[in-house]
Amino acid sequence: MKSPPSSSKAIGHKKSALLFYAFAYLAFLYLPVLVLPIFSFNDSQFIAFPLSGFTVRWYQGLAADTAMQHALGNSLKVGLVTALLSTLLGLTAAKAVTHYRLKGAGAALGFISLPLFIPDIVLGISLLLLLGTVGLPLSLAAVVLGHMLVCVPFALTVLIARFEGFDRNLEEASADLGENGWMTFWRVTFPLMLPGIIASLLLTFITSFDEFLVAYFLSGTEATLPIYIWGQLRFPERLPMVLALGAIILTVSVGLVVLAEHVRNRGVQKPMVGA
Amino acid sequence: MADRGRNSSEGYTLLAPTLVVMGLALAAPLALMAITSLKNQSGITFAQGWTLAQYVDVLGRASYRSLFLRSVLISSAVTAVTVALAYPMAYFVAFHARRKFVWLVALTIPFWTSYLLRVFAWKIILGFNGVINSGLMRLHLIDQPLEFLLYNPFAVVVTLAHAWAAFAILPIYVSLEKIDRSLLEAASDLGDSAMRRFLRITLPLSMPGVIGAAILIFVPTTGDFVTPQLVGGTKGTMIANLIEVQFNAAGNWPLGAALSLVSMAMVGVIAGLFVAAARAATRSAR
Repeated sequence: MKSPPSSSKAIGHKKSALLFYAFAYLAFLYLPVLVLPIFSFNDSQFIAFPLSGFTVRWYQGLAADTAMQHALGNSLKVGLVTALLSTLLGLTAAKAVTHYRLKGAGAALGFISLPLFIPDIVLGISLLLLLGTVGLPLSLAAVVLGHMLVCVPFALTVLIARFEGFDRNLEEASADLGENGWMTFWRVTFPLMLPGIIASLLLTFITSFDEFLVAYFLSGTEATLPIYIWGQLRFPERLPMVLALGAIILTVSVGLVVLAEHVRNRGVQKPMVGA
Repeated sequence: MADRGRNSSEGYTLLAPTLVVMGLALAAPLALMAITSLKNQSGITFAQGWTLAQYVDVLGRASYRSLFLRSVLISSAVTAVTVALAYPMAYFVAFHARRKFVWLVALTIPFWTSYLLRVFAWKIILGFNGVINSGLMRLHLIDQPLEFLLYNPFAVVVTLAHAWAAFAILPIYVSLEKIDRSLLEAASDLGDSAMRRFLRITLPLSMPGVIGAAILIFVPTTGDFVTPQLVGGTKGTMIANLIEVQFNAAGNWPLGAALSLVSMAMVGVIAGLFVAAARAATRSAR
């Protein structure tokens, strides 16, 4: 095969075509998201063009909306508890399958990962049936249980990946140097696992915070934020306020990501091993 | 070496809490769902005895069968479109982007707001007075708003391809990033053209990411009743809408349970095929 003399030019073409595609794709991703802030400042209760003028009254309405704030509080609680419990269960299971050679570990992993292959609506409904049979009320605790089903497989995947890149010699060295099990965990294992733990906490929190289908069947009278938003979508006059809420969630999350990245960068610059 | 001198009962103890929780929250409820699906419902209470009537209904009624088929078709279309759109993007970031991290953050920011609102935003874009229609009318390209944009399967596919994009970009990016660059150089040195090199090395080695993305998208989109309800109209209704109705408005739990189990089995079989394909792809790539 002869190589064409203009191959570097062809590569340049390919690269600029890809760059063009990348920006077009970004536009596709951002267009719907930009609709939220635009209409949240629009001085009309109708979500349609042309725009009518600038207002902040939808944001003022949100500040006075106690039902929304209650739902937000519920979502934060559920998300936090789900993230902590899922990460804890993911951590112990990930350690068990990566540090020990256990019979049936593959089957156990498969069982724990099963929810990844089951539509969320089925998970929610099956738990609804369980609660009804046992006679337990629908509650935020039930939502946490449902969210754990969805989140534990995620936590496990993230943490196993971290454990697999883990140098066991460091733990053994610590033990050889006379540290007890607890101090070895605290000074060696935990710091090395920390990035994985943080990633797992973030991923499970976000998943729970935004989860709708499971919470829809299990939350009962205590609405989480997605349940509240779903209720509002039926009332056209409430829509601009909901969009304002979406714009706020977006802004806060982006702020948190930037902050986390800033902290991470500072952490990297610090010396790796303390005295 | 890893488990030298270690007691495996310690390992089982560590594994036990997770298994117990999943057993209580997953296995027991699913067993109960199977039992419910066999119950005999008369009015609002369960009658004595067992029946297969629900399954006869679910598998036999033509309208249910076409709903199952449509759900699988829509979810498959969503999966294919999402993966196909995300692949070049992930490829660009993995091989050509100068500041990868900035690109990855930029690509994930749109997903940092409510799923429901991301779906709802498409109603605003595709709607009668929406972004597209008013834009085209402003440009005098059309006189009347286009009505075929919203309330059909097309709207469902577009909306879901947007809502689940991150679940395609990230796994594909990770699998592309893992590819040993020296393999690509070797292929070029041995005279492969860029296209041949892509088809013989890059694409097969990135298949695990593609299949992973496909499962992450296919499974949840078949169970979504939100998107069909908001943008699907009557022609975009999916099986999850029917299930939801059985547990709320219709109050027919046995039928809802049977519908859930059948759709779960269907999704399970298709996802299992994806996994088998992923295994085969990784094996052949080695």
